Amino acid sequence: MIGGLFIYNHKGEVLISRVYRDDIGRNAVDAFRVNVIHARQQVRSPVTNIARTSFFHVKRSNIWLAAVTKQNVNAAMVFEFLYKMCDVMTAYFGKISEENIKNNFVLIYELLDEILDFGYPQNSETGALKTFITQQGIKSQLQTKEEQSQITSQVTGQIGWRREGIKYRRNELFLDVLESVNLLMSPQGQVLSAHVSGRVVMKSYLSGMPECKFGMNDKIVIEKQGKGTADETGKSELGSGKQSIAIDDCTFHQCVRLSKFDSERSISFIPPDGEFELMRYRTTKDIILPFRVIPLVREVGRTKLEVKVVIKSNFKPSLLAQKIEVRIPTPLNTSGVQVICMKGKAKYKASENAIVWKIKRMAGMKESQISAEIELLPTNDKKKWARPPISMNFEVPFAPSGLKVRYLKVFEPKLNYSDHDVIKWVRYIGRSGIYETRC
Amino acid sequence: MTVGKDVSALFPDVVNCMQTDNLELKKLVYLYLMNYAKSQPDMAIMAVNTFVKDCEDPNPLIRALAVRTMGCIRVDKITEYLCEPLRKCLKDEDPYVRKTAAVCVAKLHDINAQLVEDQGFLDTLKDLISDSNPMVVANAVAALSEIAESHPSSNLLDLNPQSINKLLTALNECTEWGQIFILDCLANYMPKDDREAQSICERVTPRLSHANSAVVLSAVKVLMKFMEMLSKDLDYYGTLLKKLAPPLVTLLSAEPELQYVALRNINLIVQKRPEILKHEMKVFFVKYNDPIYVKLEKLDIMIRLASQANIAQVLAELKEYATEVDVDFVRKAVRAIGRCAIKVEQSAERCVSTLLDLIQTKVNYVVQEAIVVIKDIFRKYPNKYESVIATLCENLDSLDEPEARAAMIWIVGEYAERIDNADELLESFLEGFHDESTQVQLQLLTAIVKLFLKKPTETQELVQQVLSLATQDSDNPDLRDRGYIYWRLLSTDPVAAKEVVLVEKPLISEETDLIEPTLLDELICYIGTLASVYHKPPSAFVEGSRGIVHKSLPPRTGSSESAESPDAAPSGAPPSEQPAVIPTQGDLLGDLLNLDLGPPVSGPPVATSSVQMGAVDLLGGGLDSLMGGTGFTAPSAVMPANLGPPPSGGLGDLFDLAGGVGTLSGSHVAPKTVWLPAMKAKGLEISGTFSRQVGAISMDLLLTNKALQVMSDFAIQFNRNSFGLAPAAPLQIHAPLAPNQTVEISLPLNTVGSVMKMDPLNNLQVAVKNNIDVFYFSTLYPLHILFVEDGKMERQMFLATWKDIPNENEAQFQIKDCPLSADAVSSKLQGSNIFTVAKRNVEGQDMLYQSLKLTNGIWVLAELRIQPGSPSFTLSLKCRAPEVSQYVYQAYETILKN
Repeated sequence: MIGGLFIYNHKGEVLISRVYRDDIGRNAVDAFRVNVIHARQQVRSPVTNIARTSFFHVKRSNIWLAAVTKQNVNAAMVFEFLYKMCDVMTAYFGKISEENIKNNFVLIYELLDEILDFGYPQNSETGALKTFITQQGIKSQLQTKEEQSQITSQVTGQIGWRREGIKYRRNELFLDVLESVNLLMSPQGQVLSAHVSGRVVMKSYLSGMPECKFGMNDKIVIEKQGKGTADETGKSELGSGKQSIAIDDCTFHQCVRLSKFDSERSISFIPPDGEFELMRYRTTKDIILPFRVIPLVREVGRTKLEVKVVIKSNFKPSLLAQKIEVRIPTPLNTSGVQVICMKGKAKYKASENAIVWKIKRMAGMKESQISAEIELLPTNDKKKWARPPISMNFEVPFAPSGLKVRYLKVFEPKLNYSDHDVIKWVRYIGRSGIYETRC
Repeated sequence: MTVGKDVSALFPDVVNCMQTDNLELKKLVYLYLMNYAKSQPDMAIMAVNTFVKDCEDPNPLIRALAVRTMGCIRVDKITEYLCEPLRKCLKDEDPYVRKTAAVCVAKLHDINAQLVEDQGFLDTLKDLISDSNPMVVANAVAALSEIAESHPSSNLLDLNPQSINKLLTALNECTEWGQIFILDCLANYMPKDDREAQSICERVTPRLSHANSAVVLSAVKVLMKFMEMLSKDLDYYGTLLKKLAPPLVTLLSAEPELQYVALRNINLIVQKRPEILKHEMKVFFVKYNDPIYVKLEKLDIMIRLASQANIAQVLAELKEYATEVDVDFVRKAVRAIGRCAIKVEQSAERCVSTLLDLIQTKVNYVVQEAIVVIKDIFRKYPNKYESVIATLCENLDSLDEPEARAAMIWIVGEYAERIDNADELLESFLEGFHDESTQVQLQLLTAIVKLFLKKPTETQELVQQVLSLATQDSDNPDLRDRGYIYWRLLSTDPVAAKEVVLVEKPLISEETDLIEPTLLDELICYIGTLASVYHKPPSAFVEGSRGIVHKSLPPRTGSSESAESPDAAPSGAPPSEQPAVIPTQGDLLGDLLNLDLGPPVSGPPVATSSVQMGAVDLLGGGLDSLMGGTGFTAPSAVMPANLGPPPSGGLGDLFDLAGGVGTLSGSHVAPKTVWLPAMKAKGLEISGTFSRQVGAISMDLLLTNKALQVMSDFAIQFNRNSFGLAPAAPLQIHAPLAPNQTVEISLPLNTVGSVMKMDPLNNLQVAVKNNIDVFYFSTLYPLHILFVEDGKMERQMFLATWKDIPNENEAQFQIKDCPLSADAVSSKLQGSNIFTVAKRNVEGQDMLYQSLKLTNGIWVLAELRIQPGSPSFTLSLKCRAPEVSQYVYQAYETILKN
């Protein structure tokens, strides 16, 4: 199991060091600094073995988090734990920075004591932790006996992510379907790979211990129901243009009953209070690609390049895409660039070796174009310019995978509010992930 | 404290602050104690009272805190005081305290194992597995697993269907971390039968949708392991395979560090069960901004998944990658193109043209890498792409890496007759001979000898020069030896030299970097852990006793003997060593033929096909059809790579060393026994034995006339038998046999007779006729007379075949009371044509990997485990025709005991 946990700043100075096991000595702290942080070469692996001691590290801005062990630990678990640890710290004091870590020194040690025992990760749900590890410091006498037992039962209980007795005057919930479209296209417009990775983020302000059931236009569910009642399918067809989508795979927050999903494919859960990520999913079929990039690069002689890029928006004309940014890479020996674009603003950024073309808004079924002349310094470098792909960023108000939320039902048998009393909001945002066209 | 300053001097002052109401302060004091108690053991005693008191605090958080901290104070005196509070806490009413106490038992065990056992904490811990609270269960499982690991023999985690059921129930309810502990523990369980395995699998599969990648990987581990027990015909088996792919792909959308762990594991999974991900090639395409470690791993998996169906896509991608910035990555991409050419024949042409394009870029490292792989392509498809040689020669000057230089020299030497200025080219290399690395020197020597043999007239001077450089001016023994061999060869018999040096080379195999099958099986049991990231068994990087327990995949239902993985993998291997199976240097024979540079050499294809055909037939039941064909009995046709009898006597020894190509000694001959007693055959007594000498089988007979009349007109005939043994010549007894006279005769046998499967397999029914009557008797022949001389398999072939043969074909035997050393065993067996392919020492045990081939082309692979000091050996046999295993074992026993 995890033998120790160290946090370093960018210079390699130790900010936090907590050793859980006897086999990890103080020299491990230095070994990591010398061999990884101060290493001349770029880090070639997130797992490093130095003198039979294994170091796992992740980096958040310029802070290094390293877990150390001498045993054959579950490597995936260690990384998951490091990420979780970052989440917990962010939830407590915001961004992970040297200053924040120094300011919350005591808190971090307290957290480390709680979420890792003898190297075994324990309950690390922020919701539960915040009930008994606070930034103000609590006097043990101030808690009543009931409070104490409530805390412990929550920390260890089946539903460790929610405490009892939550009350809201207005029961409200927000669902965000956040998708990122990833595309790799050949210069000829052939889709080399495309997939959507989506997340359903839920923010709930519900009283009591509500039982929720979430439904979407999952192909398997729709088809199953289609056989049962023709009526239901008719309704959902009316609701959306595309009837159902094939989900390649999905993963759920630990509150979702996985065995129920496996047997009935229904998603039921008792949500944590506040914001959490209900599910993640991945689709590869029938993806709506919001933009198409058509590049044209021509080398005119040895010192000049002509680039023309056309972008076409491919969605309903009534919808507006936002924050569009096209990044056209230029060779390292670029000496000057002249750009003409029909829409938005374009600029050559020498420090980034790219022309950055920004458009604030663009409606569906439109087309826009940029053309640039790039002048090059003559070099005797034999190595050809690698032509990195043209990448794009954007945000659209729909889900490119075609996913639709069909329902989210809330049942709370003990309290007197019904599904109809809950105010529900649904929002779809499609963003570009890695959206590249080779040129 | 954090930065490393020693503040232990403040100990008494800090301890004074212990009794505070402020929880935060208390925690800090405890933290201080954990760090310094060891350096101030006497002072630490002062804290004990507070601990004991805190363990009875009404607040469960404080009780837990106290017991948690006490376990971390590694001072013997304190541990004694810890026992009572711990016992109470293990039975505390509050689950939070119980779950903390469970871990504390593991802590205490780490400090003082004996104490934990004496105090009976282990039993209490076992009881906690049935606790009502899932987190307590999870922590108890984690603690027990750890304790059990340091006591491999003890049956601590007594897993039985009931406790498994409890764990599976807890699995649905506990935290993500708890699920990981439980799944990892489940993976150590060995289900009774395939039904139990299936029901566990069914209950584990929902975990594949968990958001936590570690839960997913641990679930994959359980499934991969238990799948081994399921029959492939089962519907459920197919369903399970299908269910495994999507979660594995999803892991690739995690953070890069986790992707890396996932990819390292997928690499193993793809090797074990390629069918799972064969359609998912696209997800392994490299993204522009992937970290380099992710890119390199993806590339590895792409090569493994490349097939005829997706080769076009793969090649287009690889070509993109070859223009990237990172040198390592580009090199690997270029190498991958070559691998694709070798793996998928249809793509070879396109790969070669892609490589030529890349050579045109003139980027130094790309060119060098491309030349290295083109050499391999030449080896795989001889006489097909030689037109590119001209282009390669243009780049001669830019090569500065030994591997590329050596590859280029090999090409020049191999195709010397087609390159007009081959001698000039080689001469230019010769100038700086002593500055080259050994690899290049060896290659240059061979290339020039080849050139000489092809164009003897113009190059005499050159060859003299290189031979003297190699033999006189070099102090590298390898180089010198090789030089001398060539020198002698050339001076004694140039024709023979030509036959040796310019012999047709065996083809190279497709797959490289495969992990040894036994190691792979072990690593599959470690999915998700560090071992699977390093691709090394835990014993290679974990100190102490923890890593020693070897895990192995469960056997398929039905056979229980093959449960143990035959290989215990190298222990204590240096971290830099790759666990790949390719030897860096071939054997001496291979060296002579110039195989040292190339990727692994597979056995000759003829042999492979005959093995498979033989196996199929034998499994089919009848041997008749098998022996109908004649191809299997002609050993010389089977191994074109071998040289037959050595060309000159002086070299005979050398070849013998190299692996017993021309073993002249005969195999073991049992003393004669009476086959046909005189009473049953009207006075004719026949005793005899079988022998094999220099490839010929014979039946040595002793005929005695115990009757009162003269015997004459002898003849012998065999009934159809399993291996088609038949007399090669008639029984020649010229003079009549007078009463009380004995005649000794050796009857040559061949194996082209008719075939019928006998029971037992080595039963031979013989009919002998004389002037009196016809007599029948039956005898059992030892199987080793059927072991042919060319039964030595190439290492790679051996590994591939070992892996290929399903586990149920493995049989294990014990050879008792045989006090021989490994080397003695090896040489003894070699006399009877059982060849040692490799020998390894694993944790003090000698492992001999041996191969042998029967006259009908059936290969038998063997692993012999020899424990020094113990006279009994373990023999594992793998063969496509498992029927023969038992007889092979008998042969082993006879040979070794005589």
